[in-house]
Amino acid sequence: MNTIDGRTTSALLYLDGVHVSFDGFHAINNLSLTLAPGEMRAIIGPNGAGKTTMMDIITGKTKPDEGTVLFDGVTDLTRLDETRIAELGIGRKFQKPTVFESQTVEDNLLLALNVDHSVKGTLFWRPNKPDSERIERVLETIRLTDARKRLAGSLSHGQKQWLEIGMLLAQNPRLLLVDEPVAGMTDVETQQTAELLKQINRDHTVMVVEHDMSFVRELGVKVTCLHEGTVLAEGTIDQVSSNERVIEVYLGR
Amino acid sequence: MPHVLTRSLDRAATTFVVVVAACGILIPLSNLLLPVGSVFQVPTYLVALWGKYVCYAILALSIDLIWGYCGILSLGHGAFFALGGYAMGMYLMRQIGTRGVYGNPILPDFMVFLNWQKLPWYWYGFDMFPFAALMVVVVPGLLAFGFGWFAFRSRVTGVYLSIITQAMTYALLLAFFRNDFGFGGNNGLTDFKDILGFNVQADGTRAALFALSCLFLIVAFLLCRAIVTSKLGKVLIAIRDAESRTRFIGYRVESYKLFVFTLSACMAGVAGALYVPQVGIINPSEFAPGNSIEAVIWVAVGGRGTLIGAALGAIVVNYAKTFFTSGVLAPYWLFMLGALFILVTLLLPKGIVGTFNSWRMPMRQKTIAADAVSAAREDGVSEPKMAEQGP
Repeated sequence: MNTIDGRTTSALLYLDGVHVSFDGFHAINNLSLTLAPGEMRAIIGPNGAGKTTMMDIITGKTKPDEGTVLFDGVTDLTRLDETRIAELGIGRKFQKPTVFESQTVEDNLLLALNVDHSVKGTLFWRPNKPDSERIERVLETIRLTDARKRLAGSLSHGQKQWLEIGMLLAQNPRLLLVDEPVAGMTDVETQQTAELLKQINRDHTVMVVEHDMSFVRELGVKVTCLHEGTVLAEGTIDQVSSNERVIEVYLGR
Repeated sequence: MPHVLTRSLDRAATTFVVVVAACGILIPLSNLLLPVGSVFQVPTYLVALWGKYVCYAILALSIDLIWGYCGILSLGHGAFFALGGYAMGMYLMRQIGTRGVYGNPILPDFMVFLNWQKLPWYWYGFDMFPFAALMVVVVPGLLAFGFGWFAFRSRVTGVYLSIITQAMTYALLLAFFRNDFGFGGNNGLTDFKDILGFNVQADGTRAALFALSCLFLIVAFLLCRAIVTSKLGKVLIAIRDAESRTRFIGYRVESYKLFVFTLSACMAGVAGALYVPQVGIINPSEFAPGNSIEAVIWVAVGGRGTLIGAALGAIVVNYAKTFFTSGVLAPYWLFMLGALFILVTLLLPKGIVGTFNSWRMPMRQKTIAADAVSAAREDGVSEPKMAEQGP
């Protein structure tokens, strides 16, 4: 089943004509978007543009009223639940960092590793070399090697954001959805995060939702601007930020 | 699985096992071997009383496993305890044989009294101990599995789940009260004579039951330790602290909940089965919602998410109950229990063991404190809002 509406998609993620409304409020209106394998895409848009709702749809948290959501050209995501979608290889970082605060940094990563997630598999799981080596690598990538034994709840805000990105890495998904990764970060941390995401993009397809324009510029990738649940403009950051309609919605009507 | 045992035994756990084992050996020995009246002789009534506490401790452990580690607050766990008790009671009833008031070799007295002609099908097999012992875990386990299957798949959590569990135990209370339900109605099952050929009233049997209860407490404790210290235990804590996050990582949360909930119900059933021959009666009042709530209070008092605390809480609170309800303060016991719960929640949110741990072990303080703090958070409302921005 490679064709939908007579079109063939080679896209890793394919959204077409998606609609969602909550109690009559149209959160997503005829949203169409494709993401090529290996691509990094930045999604911008004012508050209420539907960025988070779009992520909810892709990860199975919200079911669209109509429209097509395909992963890898064949899998209809609208029919699967969160666990199944995560198993397929879509990872998500939330806007507000949500790590497991009462567990150590190491354990957070261990939980996220994409090994056997069944009850039996976890009950009889034993510490092993491949797993600990992967955790080690992720710890280095996210610069938390020294904090490995600390409780996630005791980390700084920026470190929590990184830990969550690290959990995504441990999950090793094919597609990473990253919601506002630099919210509340210092300038240095923001820049380091941009580096980190670029590094991750070498082997993963990434979708980043972000408000911070300088951060988006730093990423230097294709930008999609959403407004009232639909795509307003798409292109390089310069093209999008000089688009009259984009300026209009950002500066108010 | 020796590695599971070594991994799960730290110093406190070892101490706990040793103390329970020592009680399980020394108390029955002192009761049987020392002359009656000696200072060191434990009288039989105390053996039976403490045996009851030990059964409650097993029940408390089963509640701590789901509440302390997975955030499932069951206010109906007494139902599983009572079902295990009824399964054992049915075996004990069948052992009475012709020694009943009516002397019927097959039918228990209450059935003769109700003019029943033959044994209902659901009483078949309970004359055999292995079958009854199997039912002690199977019946509560099946009920918990069925209940959990629907509740967890529909993502019923927090206070809503607590309310349904409460309704479940209340429904069972009403059902078991009915004479035509076939379990002795209001009076329940009593007048037991033998267990496995031994007189249930005999000192030796009581001592053996006490020792057995201690053994099962140790087994239940080691089982819970093995679970909570495994990776599965980390997943349970993850579910407790951030359920939907756990789902987005790719864990099937409902399977995990179903697993621990069912296991916990089986443990509660075993506790009930050990309880019945020691108290000599099982009746529908064991299903009373208040009993289940009391059991949750034991866990809260002892320290949620500590296992040892749960067992300790059950023993301490029940000792207090025995002490206070036998004196002039008897009418005020429920007020005292309520006050205890409020005070513990306000002043010792981590319970006795949780507080002791964070006070005594500054090195491990951070870990445990954070554990207990998140454990002490209200269920249901504790789940972080994931995507509050929305449309």
